[in-house]
Amino acid sequence: MQLTPFHQEQTETTLDLKSRLSLLALLAATLFAGSARADLTVGVSLPLTGPASGLGLPMQNQFKLWPTTVAGQKLNLIILDDATDPTNGVKNAKRFVTEDKVDVIIGSAATPVAIPMADVAAESGTVQLAASPAPLPPGKDTWTFRLPQSNGVMATGMITHMVRNGVKSVGFLGYSDAYGESWLKEFTALAEKQNIKIVGVERFARSDTSVTAQALKLASANPDAMLVVASGSGAAMPEKALVERGYKGKIYQTHAAATRDLMRIGGKDVESTFVVSGPAVIAEQLPDSHPSKAVAVDFVTKYEKAYGAGSRNQFAGHAYDALLVLQKAVPVALQRGQPGTKEFRAALREAFENMGLLVVSHGVLHWTKDDHWGFTNKTPVMLKVVNADWKIE
Amino acid sequence: MDFSIASILALDGATNGAVYALLALATVLVFAITRVIFIPQGEFVAFGALTLAMLQLGKLPGTVWLLLALAGLAAVLELLQGLRTHRSPTAMARRALLTLAWPAAVSVVTAWAAPRQWPLAAQSVLTLAIVTPLGPLVYRLAYEKLADATVLVLLIVSVGVHFALTGLGLVFFGAEGFRNPSFWDERFALGPVSLSGQALIIFIASIALMIGLALFFGRTLQGKALRATAVNRLGARLMGISTSGAGRLSFGLAAFIGALSGLLIGPTTTMFYDSGFLIGLKGFVAAVFGALSSYPAAALGAIIVGLLESFGSFWASAFKEVIVFTFILPVLLWRSFQHGVHEDEE
Repeated sequence: MQLTPFHQEQTETTLDLKSRLSLLALLAATLFAGSARADLTVGVSLPLTGPASGLGLPMQNQFKLWPTTVAGQKLNLIILDDATDPTNGVKNAKRFVTEDKVDVIIGSAATPVAIPMADVAAESGTVQLAASPAPLPPGKDTWTFRLPQSNGVMATGMITHMVRNGVKSVGFLGYSDAYGESWLKEFTALAEKQNIKIVGVERFARSDTSVTAQALKLASANPDAMLVVASGSGAAMPEKALVERGYKGKIYQTHAAATRDLMRIGGKDVESTFVVSGPAVIAEQLPDSHPSKAVAVDFVTKYEKAYGAGSRNQFAGHAYDALLVLQKAVPVALQRGQPGTKEFRAALREAFENMGLLVVSHGVLHWTKDDHWGFTNKTPVMLKVVNADWKIE
Repeated sequence: MDFSIASILALDGATNGAVYALLALATVLVFAITRVIFIPQGEFVAFGALTLAMLQLGKLPGTVWLLLALAGLAAVLELLQGLRTHRSPTAMARRALLTLAWPAAVSVVTAWAAPRQWPLAAQSVLTLAIVTPLGPLVYRLAYEKLADATVLVLLIVSVGVHFALTGLGLVFFGAEGFRNPSFWDERFALGPVSLSGQALIIFIASIALMIGLALFFGRTLQGKALRATAVNRLGARLMGISTSGAGRLSFGLAAFIGALSGLLIGPTTTMFYDSGFLIGLKGFVAAVFGALSSYPAAALGAIIVGLLESFGSFWASAFKEVIVFTFILPVLLWRSFQHGVHEDEE
């Protein structure tokens, strides 16, 4: 739109001042008309570079598959890179609320980035759909809703499986970051209730060249099971170290490890690992009774049609689910105001809180006023690595 | 902790320490000759490991494109410089061709070989042939014009080069990690310790490279020229030693050592496009142990860093990096006591 006057000037060099002014006026008018027309503006901040880019890039892929309209409103999607840097994430969020006047903020896929973004969302009264399980103190998450399952919900699924398999003691080997800490906290609380003893807690970082020492210490305690908390292709290395140190018991991995990278890097060492996961990545194998089956199959089919077989992953699913929740909540909020207004944003939040049970690709979502996590305990699925493939337990 | 655990930890620490030692040597080498604190040293480690991973997948690694782009830029610079100094067209063309010849040849061979899945050893040699020339080219493009700038300016350039190379690494190799196949899958039982063939290769390669470097510096003309440049740049220049040539050679060695470290460490851990930075940084801590000037002290520092890391992981894994990097403080303190207070030169 802004290019038009330049173009005109180039072609009609004899343009006098008067017609130039009228051209400017015309431009101004079209700009005003643009902002008055009610587009639904969604600001997305994702780690497209940096350590968490493996989570952000597939989400961006899924956003490219979004329709151009939501509930009859033209969709204006703005995707910015936060480089896995909290400062950038906050900068993006501020730009969204002050310059772009977005109706919804989506992101970030990295927990440490999503947390400070929540402050900006709350200050401006804009709903944030965090694509990471961002832990926020009570009262801070009034405007923040999470798309991923909470670590607590996933830990519940894992503990149930452990109890059923007679696991009495567990060794913990996890990332020394927010993801590892949050799992440790949730898991410890739940394990205590089931009388499962945590015999050792060891940490490592994704970039470590060796976890031999940690594996050695845990393996010498010889617990019934090991819990490895790591993500993506970083999840295989610690498990290989445990096996190398002669550990023979059960090994559990979290939902961040539920990608094929685990088998690609781990090879035969990760055989018969138990991985807790959302239903999305395992769509076809879900029993027909699972509520998410149809939605998950739809997500997987469309995503893999666009990006190739086996490209499915947890985080693209979150971007898919974001569209589902918007499609459900936007029509309700539209009755109370036009997109771009404060009323609409407030109405959108209430719509999210009152939308009841919603089946998404990652499970059954139920946001309420007091619970902005929302996934029910029916969500987690236990997978087992059998012949380098996933099998539902 | 009993003897068997301690020996396993010591072996693990020494294995990693051997790789840090290589990187520490490269850091000392580059600093002594060009006064550049070479932060991107670790990027060559990642490039080496991941280039091999790409060749393993039968894909053309992105580093080949980087090599061609950098060589193209360097050739253009040569031409511009030739025009400014009124060189004859044939001399200009010859220099430009010389710059382009090796990268072009390596690229053609790689493009031909990549889908053919050569054996691991051949692919490793190819990887070294791709990554090593990146060093001199990086020096040519980023540092050569600034060769006489202060250490601080060169450090800032290093930070810039580091970010540029890390970003390119993400473009070339993607965000996911790779683990290369082991060069030697054998295992040897030494009492409680089981020594893997890969660890043995790491030790042998590190020691061989150190001996090679010692011979190079002690016996060859080029090595002596490098040493002369390290001792006194101006004096070396007066004796007819090209300091920019010395700079390129030192960066070439650094890139070679980096790529080799990447090949060595690739089978023992999962490498990501940004993994190199921390590995290189640990090499730097070791180099500081040698006051950025002594090779044996730097190698010793690297083994200490490796041991600290493995024993630190055992006792307090949550504080491992803290322990390793805090190690630099007493070293600096000891160094400053030993040498007294220096005036700030820059």
